[in-house]
Amino acid sequence: MRLAIRHPKDFWAGLIFTASGLAFGILAQDYEFGTTTRMGPAYFPTVLAILLVIIGLATTIRAFVIDGPPLQGFALKAGLLVLGPIVLFGLVLRGAGLAAALLALVMISAYASGRFRWIVAIPLAIGLTAFALLVFVMGLGLPIPVIGRWFN
Amino acid sequence: MELLANLAIGIDAAITLNNVMYCFAGVLLGTLVGVLPGLGPAATIAMLLPITFTLPPLSALIMLAGIYYGAQYGGSTTAILINLPGETSSVVTAIDGYQMARQGRAGAALATAAIGSFVAGTFATCVIAILGPMLARVALEFGPADYCSLILLGLIASVALAHGSLLKAFGMILLGLLLGMVGADINSGAMRFTFGIPELSEEIGLVAVAMGMFGISEILHNLEHELTREPMVKSVTGLLPTREDLRRIVGPIIRGTLLGSALGILPGGGAILSSFTAYSLEKKLSRDQSRFGKGAIEGVAAPESANNAGAQTSFIPMLTLGIPPNPVMALMFGAMIIHGIVPGPSVMTERPELFWGIIVSMWVGNLMLVILNLPMIGLWVRLLRVPYHLLYPAILVFCCIGVYSVRNVEFDVYLMAIFGLLGYVLVKLDCEPAPLLMGFILGDLFEEYLRRAMILSHGDPMVFVERPISATMLVLSLLALIIVLSPAVRRKREEVFQEEA
Repeated sequence: MRLAIRHPKDFWAGLIFTASGLAFGILAQDYEFGTTTRMGPAYFPTVLAILLVIIGLATTIRAFVIDGPPLQGFALKAGLLVLGPIVLFGLVLRGAGLAAALLALVMISAYASGRFRWIVAIPLAIGLTAFALLVFVMGLGLPIPVIGRWFN
Repeated sequence: MELLANLAIGIDAAITLNNVMYCFAGVLLGTLVGVLPGLGPAATIAMLLPITFTLPPLSALIMLAGIYYGAQYGGSTTAILINLPGETSSVVTAIDGYQMARQGRAGAALATAAIGSFVAGTFATCVIAILGPMLARVALEFGPADYCSLILLGLIASVALAHGSLLKAFGMILLGLLLGMVGADINSGAMRFTFGIPELSEEIGLVAVAMGMFGISEILHNLEHELTREPMVKSVTGLLPTREDLRRIVGPIIRGTLLGSALGILPGGGAILSSFTAYSLEKKLSRDQSRFGKGAIEGVAAPESANNAGAQTSFIPMLTLGIPPNPVMALMFGAMIIHGIVPGPSVMTERPELFWGIIVSMWVGNLMLVILNLPMIGLWVRLLRVPYHLLYPAILVFCCIGVYSVRNVEFDVYLMAIFGLLGYVLVKLDCEPAPLLMGFILGDLFEEYLRRAMILSHGDPMVFVERPISATMLVLSLLALIIVLSPAVRRKREEVFQEEA
């Protein structure tokens, strides 16, 4: 009998669990384990990590036994164009200020959609930025610089 | 007449011009965001949390509670009009609600949802007012071991709500618990899993996790198959249910309310479990089961009443025991901590105006939901027609500002992106995010109570079986486990989750 992955979703989910469990379990060994009466910082995470590894392995092994639907591809472009601008927002927030950070966030993320059109995206970015400044900075008084130090 | 005196304190605190306005604003904003496809109550609350930071504690909590009901109701509106439930608890509403909308009876469906929610909300508010103080008294008897077993029950119960494989749901809980360990250990001060990043020393921010797993990952998911989602109806007319409708919905509303109130109290239960159970119950009781799935008004009335009642009574474990039973309550829990209030039995004795004020405001919020929503349905319908490619950049703006403003650190923005990615990947692998979030929320409480229990018992695990409260919780956990694992229930569970697909 040939060994084949019959349930790809479970296979990968199991690997993620196993890897996370191993990572947490190994890292936890840097801390004091303690005793059952006086649990150290490593005690509970180690127990959890062992359980997670067991469940992860079981899930992966089961993937060779039961059938499951195929794994659909990941939307790489959309992923990059949504997560990228979020990270960028964090990076430039203090330097460029909220206004510029928001404009960048909206413009780049809007590009992730298949229906992106400049003529829509530009007014959208300006409108959302103005709205956010009005509500969060002027209305709620959140302490975020509107214009960052890079422009001063 | 202690109850009346208590309610008077609450009315005094909650019915001020300011607080009624915040309640109104909360319900309005909550509905506004909740109506948007793909944003459930947890994401909505996480997004709007920063708005409440500058308010006094009671006003903030009143507004947040309003946001919660609003989002819940908004989700039902979306479910009925475009068959796209914004949250799991309105999944069953979509089954018959959408069919009603297709038959031109959207108005009646929406009105039924509103009436059902109001009746349920009123009843559940009374339940909290009566049961809350009693439970708070019981809570004083709770020792660390009892809390531990209660948390275990909550975690196991949350598995029952997950889609698909139970094994993976348990994996998600454990992963969540481990993520909850990140940060400074309360007892020893050891920095766990922080990689020397100072922003991680407190712990991973709940808002970042919730927004990432529910908000951002949802956007990624939706962009993958960008669809046009035109609402069935261009305008909603005929809001008033007919006499025949009213006759049909009385029973389901009452049954849904009772069921929802009871299930909402259970940790891990809340709105989702209630609506599923109420729907199956009505289907079973109906003389003509074939009507269900084809626009039976009972199929809207029962789950809508149940999910609102459950949403409401799920405040009980948080307010009395200090244990958040679901992700939404965890966010409320976080909000209370931000305002310097530690949820638990002491809130009622030390801050009675806060406790009773929240309860009274719940009823006010439910009233507003009806007053606000029925006349404004036209507006919600128009909102539903905003195309997604204009909507998601706006959601991103709110998420980014929101998560940043919790602590004013950029790191939380990055964390949100990471959890967005994690959520996206895990959902692709059919792993539900809800159990992970439950584990994450309860992780450090679980550890803390476990440690205390072990110190008190000198490391003897028998303490969990010997204490009656703890033993009861363990028996319930075991029962929950057996029920979830039993072949009959498993088949049933798959059926229910199949129906929604």
